[in-house]
Amino acid sequence: MDNGNPSEAFVAFERVQKSYDGEELVVKDLNLAIGKGEFLTMLGPSGSGKTTCLMMLAGFETATYGDILLDGNAINNIPPHKRGIGMVFQNYALFPHMTIGENLAFPLEVRGMGKSEREEKVKRALAMVQMESFAGRRPAQLSGGQQQRVALARALVFEPELVLMDEPLGALDKNLRERMQYEIKHLHDQLGITVVYVTHDQTEALTMSDRIAVFDDGRIQQLAPPADLYERPENAFVAQFIGENNKLMGKVDSVDGESAMVRLDDGSLVKSLRVCVNEPGEETTLSLRPERVLVADDGKDYDNTFEAVVEELIYLGDHIRSRVNVCGNRDFIMKVPNSSDHHSMAVGQKVRVGWSMQDCRALDAS
Amino acid sequence: MTQGDAATDPSMTDHMRDGQMVTADGTPLKASLKRAERRRKIIALLFVAPLLVFLMISFIIPIGQMMFRSVDNPQITSTLPRTLEAMEAWDGQGLPDEPVYAALAADLTIAQENRTVGQLAVRLNYEISAARGALTRTARQVSNMEAPYKEKFLDAHRLWGNPEIFQIIKREGRPLTASYYVSALDRTYDADGNIVLQNENRRIYVDLYIRTLLMSLGITFLTLLLGFPISFLMSSLPMRYANLLMIFVLLPFWTSLLVRTTAWIVLLQQQGVINELLVWAGFISSDNRLGMIHNMTGTIIAMTHILLPFMVLPLYSVMKTIPPSYVRAARSLGANPWVAFWRVYVPQTLPGIGAGAVLVFIISIGYYITPALVGGQSGQMISNLIAYHMQTSLNWGLAAALGTILLVGVLVLYWVYNKLVGADIKLG
Amino acid sequence: MNKPMLKMLGVTSAVSLLAVSAVQAQDPVRLTIVSWGGAYTQSQVRAYHEPYAEANPHITIVNDDGSANALAGLRAQSQAGNVTWDLVDMLPSDAQLACDEGIIMPIDHDAMLAPAPDGTPASQDFLPGSLGECFIPQIVYSTVVTFNTEMFPEDNQPSSIADFFNVDDFPGRRAIQNRPGGNLEWALFADGVHPDDIYDVLETPEGVDRAFAKLDTIKDNLVFWTEGAQSPQLLADQEVAFSTGYNGRIFDAAEVEGQPFAIIWDGQIVEWDGWVIPYGPNQEAVLEYVYWATDTQRLADQAKFISYGPARASSAPLVGEHADLGIDMNSHMPTNPDNYFSPIVLDNDFWTDYGDELRERFANWMLR
Repeated sequence: MDNGNPSEAFVAFERVQKSYDGEELVVKDLNLAIGKGEFLTMLGPSGSGKTTCLMMLAGFETATYGDILLDGNAINNIPPHKRGIGMVFQNYALFPHMTIGENLAFPLEVRGMGKSEREEKVKRALAMVQMESFAGRRPAQLSGGQQQRVALARALVFEPELVLMDEPLGALDKNLRERMQYEIKHLHDQLGITVVYVTHDQTEALTMSDRIAVFDDGRIQQLAPPADLYERPENAFVAQFIGENNKLMGKVDSVDGESAMVRLDDGSLVKSLRVCVNEPGEETTLSLRPERVLVADDGKDYDNTFEAVVEELIYLGDHIRSRVNVCGNRDFIMKVPNSSDHHSMAVGQKVRVGWSMQDCRALDAS
Repeated sequence: MTQGDAATDPSMTDHMRDGQMVTADGTPLKASLKRAERRRKIIALLFVAPLLVFLMISFIIPIGQMMFRSVDNPQITSTLPRTLEAMEAWDGQGLPDEPVYAALAADLTIAQENRTVGQLAVRLNYEISAARGALTRTARQVSNMEAPYKEKFLDAHRLWGNPEIFQIIKREGRPLTASYYVSALDRTYDADGNIVLQNENRRIYVDLYIRTLLMSLGITFLTLLLGFPISFLMSSLPMRYANLLMIFVLLPFWTSLLVRTTAWIVLLQQQGVINELLVWAGFISSDNRLGMIHNMTGTIIAMTHILLPFMVLPLYSVMKTIPPSYVRAARSLGANPWVAFWRVYVPQTLPGIGAGAVLVFIISIGYYITPALVGGQSGQMISNLIAYHMQTSLNWGLAAALGTILLVGVLVLYWVYNKLVGADIKLG
Repeated sequence: MNKPMLKMLGVTSAVSLLAVSAVQAQDPVRLTIVSWGGAYTQSQVRAYHEPYAEANPHITIVNDDGSANALAGLRAQSQAGNVTWDLVDMLPSDAQLACDEGIIMPIDHDAMLAPAPDGTPASQDFLPGSLGECFIPQIVYSTVVTFNTEMFPEDNQPSSIADFFNVDDFPGRRAIQNRPGGNLEWALFADGVHPDDIYDVLETPEGVDRAFAKLDTIKDNLVFWTEGAQSPQLLADQEVAFSTGYNGRIFDAAEVEGQPFAIIWDGQIVEWDGWVIPYGPNQEAVLEYVYWATDTQRLADQAKFISYGPARASSAPLVGEHADLGIDMNSHMPTNPDNYFSPIVLDNDFWTDYGDELRERFANWMLR
């Protein structure tokens, strides 16, 4: 697995391990290189080790083994306040006893910056997040979204080159969250900073990131740009975790170049792209995106065509979400585009469905 | 929108009448709202009523009685009405004339029969020494006296030849008195009836108030000094370790006073554990053992020990609600550990510090059992004297005046604290 | 068993039944007797209450340890019009106050108290000056200076009040009570005033100054005690070399617990303690009890249980051995002539008159 070249990286994890109790590793042999100016998201379910990695980078946790490099220098022994890394916390962590202005001035003050310069920078940082008029208020007088902006401004006001964000939008409602995603993305583009972002929300990750590191069980399962991650998951966990996925279990029947024939449990044979399988007899999981399954009545040639029975239809405007029974799998989802020329389906109807070999990835069995 | 607009606007007429908002059945909206609110208020009142009644009976009425007792002065007016009347003609200079003595004889005869002379004697003795003997002894003889009374009185007791006693009867011959407060503030009346400072070697109370105040402040500071780190530790430990520590902190609550006192004596006395250890280790010589009990040090050590939980509990409960991310945020923003602690963590514990400090201070300013047991003389506080006047000297008027001054003092201090810090009190 | 025997038995049992019913005919009475608690109440229970209740089965005696606040309690009960105490043990000064206030019964000594066995009326038999208008003394107790014998070399043991004030020859800390009563008397006594003149001197401002000046000479070595139990404790812990204290408690610590204490009988301050009768619910029964419990034999009996002297002259020859320890109690009585060579008799009139002022002055002196 290629996780980038550490020697050119701005931030690098080299063989980092972390254990809290000396018995179990929460981070297992982590190697990760983050380029300057990159927006990298660590995505994964809770307990996958992503937040621990972020905390080690920030300096609040120490690595049990391995090195963490910043700009080529090992920072394992540098205390957090000397790392010069901006950080945004999930609960914002705005100091409740200080006004917004004082909150923003705090990092400048501890750096010994003069008063006029401080005020100038605070003003600019607040303008950046459209909060100029709130400098005199206290955090408790602001809404969640406003507090989030202030937290962002505070993490940026001392112009760090690296900013860490720990689920910063987790407490916001959906609309606000989406707006903030764009704002953060724009700030990133505008300021050219490096961002390491932790979330368990895959939409957020896909929307904002240059690259996404998918964490599970203390390891990076896949590190790739969003499109790659969605289109070309490298294992069953990533396929299942990112986006909607049809999962078909089977055994490899034969292998031929980049394709593999897989025998499903009901006996049907599926032609699929060979990703994680090597030889016949191996257990495998086939991964197939719902929008890549088509109704095969247009006479086109598909690598795979099967008879399906429509079990359920949900009208969703732009498409119709159909649950069909294919190859003995009753939870098979396909998205049928709502085009004017398309015939309508009905529950109980038999249809032929098909997909290409490229879209059907034969992954590991788990 | 003005009222004129409303009257002409047909769409508003359903809900407007005479310029007032009304409900569907035509009652004014405000009245209807008030009625609904009143119901809620009555129900709320019913919930607090038991507590109010309880406080009234157990707290407010006794305190009111105490305050009244500090000015209540019925003994002279009720026992010596004739004397007071006869004294109206007296100019207050020199000894009064025969009619006053005759009236006094008449009053004392009745008082002796009614057995009310004792109360009067005790009351007058607060003002001038030997008044009790003068009154009780004279009263026993008065039924055998005949006019002219002045000579007989002068024979009966030397005090009757001292104009001061008559000045006192005249001054205090009113239903209310300020004399308990005068005494409680180390003042007294001079011959002209002006309030002046008490003779230097009889002043006690003002110094004791100041000492009580300083000791309470010292104890508050010590509990904070000891309680802050332990609360901080508890708030950052997992629950079961925190609970274990909490048990240690609460231990003095659960041991009986006598066990605790004995333990302190064993530890702190000159032949006690600590002194023995220090002598053994060579820090002090056996002749210079430290006096840590039966003096102010003893009171401060013991009270700090007892009152520590009152500081730790509010501090701990506040600290537990402070997420670690605040300090982390400060560190990530470039603050070293000390700055992060002092500028970000400590300010957020202020409500706990304030609550703990007020609790400890107010409790310690009224404490008297512990000082009585381990305080020796220099470790006594004003409450010990109040208890003394309540239980031993039985001068309840003075005890009430001292108590009222203490109460008012605490309220004033609390008001000042409120102005300075704000009453953001969080308990338990 | 033959018939006459049965008949006789029948008659006797009928007679004894009659006797029993005659006793039972008396209504049961509960007497509430208030005293100081601890060893002192115990001595009264064993000397008076138990034998009396045995002889009078209809009497039940309930002990109440309320004497420390007896005056306040009497006032409160009398004001509330609900007197529940039948008999109260208190000090003569408080008794005089209660008497002046009319809340306790005046005593006609010769009518209400038993004469001595030789017929001497009660007013002659009780020690001079001990009877009060409403007060019946039981015991003489004394406040004495005691020292821990282990804290002085054997050839240099203190023996007088003058030694107590002599810090140079008898070093060590001294514990005194935190009030003027006793301490001022000792100061003047040590300064050379004759016991009979002490209160005349104390009545003058110069006399008070003189007493405080004498106390100043040992002030740096003083520790103050509040509760009676503290003085033997301080001595036992060797916290102090000397302590003033009540002779009964010192006796207990020295003889029962075996502490190395020695009493300096020189300048012992003697006071009475005794009964007063409130207007309680069972006045008739209480008067009967008091008549019996203050007779010559009973007062002598109390000295078997505690080392306080009986208040009757006629009781002194009857004082014997301690009921449990078997020690001859005579040598431990404050009133034993060997101990009673320079007593200072506490003047309650003086303290009721000058107490308020002197207590303030003493408190001020302690604080400075």
